[in-house]
Amino acid sequence: MENIIEVKNLTKKFNGFTAVDNISFSVGKGEVFAFLGPNGAGKTTTIKILTTLLHPTSGELHINGYNPLHEHNKVRQSFGIVFQDPSLDDELTAFENLEFHGVLYGLKEKKARRDRIEEMLKFVELWDRKDELVKKFSGGMKRRLEIARGLIHLPEILFLDEPTLGLDPQTRNHIWTYIEKLNKERQLTVFLTTHYMEEAEKISHRIAIMDHGKIVAMGTAEDLKKQTGKDSLEDAFLKLTGDGLRDENASAAEGMRQHRAMWRR
Amino acid sequence: MNAIYILWLRQIKRYLRSRARIVGSLGQPILFLVALGFGFGPVYAKAGGGNYLEFLAPGVIAMSILFTAVFSGIEIIWDRQFGFLKETLVAPVSRLKIMFGRTLGGATVAVLQGVIVLCLTFIFGFRIYSLAMLPMALLFMFLIALLFTALGTAIASVLEDMQGFQLIMNFLVMPIFFLSGALFPLTNLPKAIATVTKIDPLTYGIDGLRGALIGVSHFSLHTDLLVMSAITFILIIVGAYLFTKIEV
Repeated sequence: MENIIEVKNLTKKFNGFTAVDNISFSVGKGEVFAFLGPNGAGKTTTIKILTTLLHPTSGELHINGYNPLHEHNKVRQSFGIVFQDPSLDDELTAFENLEFHGVLYGLKEKKARRDRIEEMLKFVELWDRKDELVKKFSGGMKRRLEIARGLIHLPEILFLDEPTLGLDPQTRNHIWTYIEKLNKERQLTVFLTTHYMEEAEKISHRIAIMDHGKIVAMGTAEDLKKQTGKDSLEDAFLKLTGDGLRDENASAAEGMRQHRAMWRR
Repeated sequence: MNAIYILWLRQIKRYLRSRARIVGSLGQPILFLVALGFGFGPVYAKAGGGNYLEFLAPGVIAMSILFTAVFSGIEIIWDRQFGFLKETLVAPVSRLKIMFGRTLGGATVAVLQGVIVLCLTFIFGFRIYSLAMLPMALLFMFLIALLFTALGTAIASVLEDMQGFQLIMNFLVMPIFFLSGALFPLTNLPKAIATVTKIDPLTYGIDGLRGALIGVSHFSLHTDLLVMSAITFILIIVGAYLFTKIEV
């Protein structure tokens, strides 16, 4: 299998704090790859680096054959992303949000763009709500709309940062059905983070467990269970990462922000 | 359609949809026209200054452009807090284009607001001296809008949240307005105030606007145009630079 994401010795430091500590992994084309880890483990920072939002301190990266450091726009064209927090414009309609995205991603031809928007809105079952302002949408509808948006420009990779957080079981189930379908029918590569072990186990081909900026284990769910001698992925996860509480739920970037804000005062 | 256009369009749509904001932001200019225009009018006339409302109207128009423009620029902080900024920053579009699109959109919104206030001043008896100069007036309105949207963008690029907003309003935007010659003529000022007004870019914007609308200006229109264009150009570059440095 050809690798679509390659990461070698990736490190990211914020003012002396190491958020991502010398990690290496690769994701094959058409693979569903899950990043698990307690809050503050460095998952979101890793995604931000892979998606060109942050510069790594050191390390080598290749996304879809391109280098995110020098070929920003080619990398950006290669992936779609659903962020941890909502990132829609509430004052625009569902359709307008997708139109905005389509134009930014260079879908210049109006007819083709609108056809694509229609296809994706129907796919996430929001076509009949297309002209409503997003501020009237529920959390689950917003999430589905973001998935549709992330796919408008036919990316090779879809990044999902905790896509089902805070959603009801029906919506979660639907979202995973969409993802599975896209993966099977379109060979879409999916890179996701989640806290729901059973979801990770059900959907992903391979799982990496991250803690304190390092990858502490990687393999199929079966591998991880075997490696730790546990029956469930949840127990394996707790064995690998410990059962102490993680109160530092601010992401590394937020930590950096606080630090910067402090200096500015 | 390209990226700059869609970013511009977004600002316009958001503006036209926020009717409460449009109506609400007309309160202040009306208050200035009524309280200052009619309140100081007799004193001003007695001192030999002529019609104060005529003098004041361009200043009030510029005021509403100034506030709308700075606010439009600062909206980036909102976009950052509500996550929408990330969506634009991961798109395969250069930051420069994003900044241009947003700034043009914000400036257009501010000009629209200025045009609404210009129409309002007619109700209070303000008249333009020459219709042929209207394009010149619009040009000055657009320059004021562009300059201060770029300033707002620059500020928003370095602020993390809205906590610093009051600081910016009270220590930057308000002084820029009150020390600009929007409310008083620039002649016979104490030396210190005269110096401050001369380094305030809004002074030249209002002077130019006044020249175009009522045919009376302190500096020449060429000077006003040159100063405004130069400062706008510099602030767009500074704003663009700071915007490219944003990390989310």
